[in-house]
Amino acid sequence: MRDTTSAAPHTSATPLLQTVGLTKRYGSFLANDKIDLDVWPQQIHALLGENGAGKSTLVKAIYGLVQPSDGGLRWEGQTMVLSGPSQARARGIGMVFQHFSLFENLTVAENVALGLDGKESFKEMSARLQQVSRSYGLPLDPKREVWQLSVGERQRIEIVRALMQNPKFLILDEPTAVLTPQEADQLFVVLERLKSEGRAILYISHKLEEVRRLCDTATILRGGKKVSTCNPKAETAASLARMMVGTEIKQVKPAASREITVPRLVINDLNLEPEDPHGVHLRDISMELRGGEILGIAGVAGNGQDELFAALSGERLARDPGTIVIEGIAAGHLSISRRRKLGAAFVPEERLGHGTAPRMRLSENALLTGHAAGNMVQHGFVNTAATLNAVDRATETFDVRKAKRDPEAASLSGGNLQKFIVGREILRNPAVLVVSQPTWGVDAGAAAVIRQALLDLAAAGAAVLVTSQDLDELIEISDRIAVMFHGRLSASLPTAEASREKLGLLMGGSSLETKEQAHAADT
Amino acid sequence: MQLILEKRAERSKTVALASPLIAIGLTIVTMTILFMVLGKNPISALYVYFIVPLADGYSLQEIAVKATPLVMIAIGLSLCYLANAWNIGAEGQFLMGAVAGSWIAVKTQGTGAGHWVLPAMLLLGALAGALYALIPAICKVRFGASEILTSLMLVYVVDLLLDYLVRGPWRDPQGFNFPTTAEFDPVATVPTLIEGGRLHLGSILALVVVAAGAVLLGKTIKGFEIRVVGAAPRAARFGGFNANQLILLTFAISGALSGLAGIIEVAGPVGHLQPGISPGYGFTAIIVAFLGRLNPIGILIAGLFLALTFIGGEQAQITMKIPLDVTKVFQGILLFYVLACDSLILYRFRIVSSSPQVARGAH
Repeated sequence: MRDTTSAAPHTSATPLLQTVGLTKRYGSFLANDKIDLDVWPQQIHALLGENGAGKSTLVKAIYGLVQPSDGGLRWEGQTMVLSGPSQARARGIGMVFQHFSLFENLTVAENVALGLDGKESFKEMSARLQQVSRSYGLPLDPKREVWQLSVGERQRIEIVRALMQNPKFLILDEPTAVLTPQEADQLFVVLERLKSEGRAILYISHKLEEVRRLCDTATILRGGKKVSTCNPKAETAASLARMMVGTEIKQVKPAASREITVPRLVINDLNLEPEDPHGVHLRDISMELRGGEILGIAGVAGNGQDELFAALSGERLARDPGTIVIEGIAAGHLSISRRRKLGAAFVPEERLGHGTAPRMRLSENALLTGHAAGNMVQHGFVNTAATLNAVDRATETFDVRKAKRDPEAASLSGGNLQKFIVGREILRNPAVLVVSQPTWGVDAGAAAVIRQALLDLAAAGAAVLVTSQDLDELIEISDRIAVMFHGRLSASLPTAEASREKLGLLMGGSSLETKEQAHAADT
Repeated sequence: MQLILEKRAERSKTVALASPLIAIGLTIVTMTILFMVLGKNPISALYVYFIVPLADGYSLQEIAVKATPLVMIAIGLSLCYLANAWNIGAEGQFLMGAVAGSWIAVKTQGTGAGHWVLPAMLLLGALAGALYALIPAICKVRFGASEILTSLMLVYVVDLLLDYLVRGPWRDPQGFNFPTTAEFDPVATVPTLIEGGRLHLGSILALVVVAAGAVLLGKTIKGFEIRVVGAAPRAARFGGFNANQLILLTFAISGALSGLAGIIEVAGPVGHLQPGISPGYGFTAIIVAFLGRLNPIGILIAGLFLALTFIGGEQAQITMKIPLDVTKVFQGILLFYVLACDSLILYRFRIVSSSPQVARGAH
């Protein structure tokens, strides 16, 4: 363990908040193991770590959502025991969660009012809301209903709600995960402003460049333990990554040359109204994906990626068969099983409950997507040996770590389960693979294995469509990148030309909208 | 000291097997208290309930006779419950099967019809049960109506239909105005297995149903579909399985088995159609299904156990003047404990030493 002093001198004698040997046990599992953390006023303090490193548990303890099993908290030098978040808020601790807790059918002001403990009238509160949002450059219309707002605007509600309590200490959990690069820049301006007002910010992230740019101090957690507290500006992204992961991360290697062959997945002018009223209407989506190619689809979450996945997989059927063509065959009207028989394979975003049945064994989960083609089912009877064989092959090829040969899906770690799911589909030798968020919430080692597998699959001649919110990932593995915004898909850019700025603009909808305006002006 | 319920990483197989036994144990403890409150000697009451029926051949046969409809119905119900389709109306499907099958028996009465009568009755009984079960299933799939309510309400409809038939058009003219049909002809009666005994061919059929259920659930893709749709609906859709189709299928199978059990009961042990042909088999089978862990072999064992409580309850009423309704109380308590103990499969109890400690002093 090392403790280098942070770059800026502290403005006060005692830290604003300390965790002292904070330990949280869940059964036999140690989520936090004796963590010491000092956060000073006027400091942006990064909390870095992979999924499962214990970041969430630690901030939940600070926000009063979980009780430490051992050790505790100190606030301005005094011991502090929190029995719930309202006590934390009363002290001046605010939190913006990664997953928003907003009611879609209520207005902005109503949502803010529901989250406040104060006694002021709704009218006064609305006025103060407008004042706070304006003064921090976070414009919000209090009267709009949440379902009409973009993800960035929704996050603004959460931030303004937290700021209205005038916190001394603000926790932000992966705030840029859902933002375009430009929106993230705007957020950083706000955070710098909060810092200059003397507030402390605990900033959870795994985006290292961002942390190096913004934060004064970084504390790195790994496997529930504190690895180091350091000055991120004095480190490199690679050295921070090493501390997070503990080992050197393998770089993925694209094949030297890939042969781009025939179109294997084509979308022709796909329009699809959403099933649920707040879903996204897919509009005029067209693209062509050839064998040997990887097409990345970028975009802020909730811009129609889920709807597109459902339309491609056949979980939603299109009215016109010709809108989706798999291996030269019109498939828009075909069920997911029929599409699998045509050589398509799918990996959804949600591992547990969508990609697998959590409480069923891996062999049964192999059968889940393997029953349509291959030898797993004969005359209606399940060939158990074949399903177990599929598990063994995935285990071997993709290094799936598990306690026994055929455990329940839910007992695997996120990374290992994702390796199993991706392996399950790739070992069926698909002609087309549609994969959504392939490395979401997966440890760096597993992420590298999965990305390499996608590259190898494309090198073997398959067409691969990857949807991801991680721009770095798309830039690393894609040949071309297109962007989804408001249910429309932009034309794709060759990855070499797809700068983060260009993609960010597309993710914010700017160039699409100017095109539309130009079109509207013409007619 | 604190007792907490903690999630297990995997389902515990040991507890999955032990949970019904723990539930039975807790039920017996509760019943002991209940008997004491009723002023009966709990030891002899439990002895009469659980040991006496096992002691003589007649009672053993009677247990098998009572277990037959319970097991048949519960196998069908387990398919529904595994698929997350809540058929509560097996009692109605049982009665519908009995009524429809009896129609052939009543119409062929005394006409000297051949040996086709009984198979035709069984087929029609099963078919009628299936169609009757499809009413709530279709309402669920088409309109989203709660199958729990609709299937339950349909029980009372057919109950009254049966009542009307045996008091009106189908009443035995020589029956001294009792609400019953005439005794069925021999060709319309399920043959017994032992000369002069009560054990009948239906019990063999129930065993066949158990075996078929085990093969369906354990070995076939259809059984897998049923299990996935219930356990993880979204994953099932991703797997390409149609949940609505499976609701219709499981309801149809369940209705067919209930209807078959109904006509076997009427054409077998009862011998004619009358009100009160079922002491609540369709409802007790719900308990059997859960006590048997929705597993065919488990259901066979649970069916025999619940049949034992019916016989034991009758014995206790005769010898100890314990009201027959205590049997129903017993079954209700048992279901309560079975469902409660099920949480131990996914969770375990843990004793934690103390409340969280606060940071003391400087570090």
